Amino acid sequence: MMNQKDLQAIYMLWLRQMKRFFRARSRVLSTIVQPLFFLFILGFGFNIAVFPGMQGSYINFLAPGIIAMAILFSSMFTGVSVLWDKQSGFLQEVLVAPVSRLSIVIGRTLGGATIALFQGFIIMIIALVLGVPIVDVQGLILTILIMVLLSFTAVGFGLIIASKMRDFEGFQSIMSLILMPLLFLSSAFYPINTSLPGWLQTLSYCNPLFYMIDGIRGSLTGVNNVLHPLIDLSIILVLCILIMGLGTYFFNKSEV
Amino acid sequence: MSIIETQNLTKKFDNYFAVDHIKFSVEKGEIFGFLGPNGAGKTTTIKMLTTLLHPSDGSATIAGFDILKQRAKVREHIGVVFQEPALDTELTGKENLDFHARMYGLTQETRKKRITEVLTLVDLLDKEDVLVKQYSGGMKRRLEIARGLMHSPTVLFLDEPTLGLDAQTRRAIWEYVKQLNKEESTTIFLTTHYMDEADFLCDRIGIIDHGKILVIDTVDSLKKSVGHDVITLSCSDSMALQRRLEQETWVSNITPHGAFLTVGVERGEEKIPTIFDIARTINISISSVDVRKPTLDDVFLFYTGRSMREQNPETSARKTAKPSGFHLRRPK
Repeated sequence: MMNQKDLQAIYMLWLRQMKRFFRARSRVLSTIVQPLFFLFILGFGFNIAVFPGMQGSYINFLAPGIIAMAILFSSMFTGVSVLWDKQSGFLQEVLVAPVSRLSIVIGRTLGGATIALFQGFIIMIIALVLGVPIVDVQGLILTILIMVLLSFTAVGFGLIIASKMRDFEGFQSIMSLILMPLLFLSSAFYPINTSLPGWLQTLSYCNPLFYMIDGIRGSLTGVNNVLHPLIDLSIILVLCILIMGLGTYFFNKSEV
Repeated sequence: MSIIETQNLTKKFDNYFAVDHIKFSVEKGEIFGFLGPNGAGKTTTIKMLTTLLHPSDGSATIAGFDILKQRAKVREHIGVVFQEPALDTELTGKENLDFHARMYGLTQETRKKRITEVLTLVDLLDKEDVLVKQYSGGMKRRLEIARGLMHSPTVLFLDEPTLGLDAQTRRAIWEYVKQLNKEESTTIFLTTHYMDEADFLCDRIGIIDHGKILVIDTVDSLKKSVGHDVITLSCSDSMALQRRLEQETWVSNITPHGAFLTVGVERGEEKIPTIFDIARTINISISSVDVRKPTLDDVFLFYTGRSMREQNPETSARKTAKPSGFHLRRPK
């Protein structure tokens, strides 16, 4: 059960990640700049294109996808960075402390989620400056909720990958083999609707990221979403619990 | 009550036993050392005792708590300094200690007090706000030892505490270890493959090889078991001389290693003329002789049949360069 000590450990693991993140200025910069490239270059590049059934400008459509992408990349990275701690030996120091494995996972997830949300919010603010409209306050709250869940899920996913890998050799291939297809099939860059080939639609509906982006799009901008944001939210919630559970399980099993 | 007690502790990897049904106990306030070559099973033992690895068989208790059933309790009572550095190099020395202190649930007041205390003990107080990545190897090790002490553990585990450090830093770390054993009455369990380290630090030693404990005793008794004095000699036919000397009753043991013969005897300086006489009668010429008090190296050779120095490039260089010739016993 959680006690004072576990809470203290969660706080400490969170604090450590904050310190590490904000000290590595180049990382802060690159994780913000990269999605901005997508937002600006894709956004303005495709702004003249006409997608069937799309309402409003392309940048309004793209922004939710880029926010989700920033959170996804950042959170995955946090999950996988357990590998770093494993290689540097620091994980042993954490595992030998008298705190539950669960609080270690929670601390790490909260730390990763905070960083990811920080990045997500910056992209969101820039998108708002670029003229992307917010539908209402409830929508904004729902968006934030989905962002949080997305981030938890991605950290959990990262933990699973980290427990299966010994070093960083595999990280690059994971990124290109899993993340890229997920992203391209997520409706982040183009709308998923009946004008697409049937197999592409089916694949997209099998993609967890689709519901996250659809949810953010529906709650933040209120247009171009396929499902009602609350339906998206329930799907995401189930998914998040499932992945986090698996991530904790795999982290528990890993020995140093 | 023993602070550490193991019952047939075993770890099997794939097809071999890294640790093979070992049984030993460590008493309160003691400095106990595991001495053995690399790959003998020392680190695996520490990882099991510190709850990081699951034993394949057997169990152990630390301060009365079972390492399988009361893992959290065990973790509260131990401090560990791992063989590989386990510091967060992106944090400062003080932040590393603070992290540790909070993970162990120390109050703010205790945290502040202990950080100053342990940093003073290892002479790092003036470097507390420097990022650990700027520390030297010796400073990192000292910081880790300080960290292991932060929560005043009942037992401190040190896995090869001076591996790869220069002579001066090693010496300093030995002093710290002795000091904290005395001042904080911390029981210390350490592993090492350095004979001099085990000799200097440990009250009792277990010699471990291929996952098995060959012998456990105090350093003095171990040395005495080899003989009061050790004569090392090289000659024209060591096989023949060994066969001949084995017949003498005053030879407590005799072991060949490389070009040398090691003979355990009492009152070694008086036996040298006798050995020369015997050698002359069977037409063997002795080219060098050395008499000294037995070292742990001799003990290791005696119990394992091989010398640790054969596996240790650092020490072998020193040993082969050993001056041959007549040496009087050096007072210890």
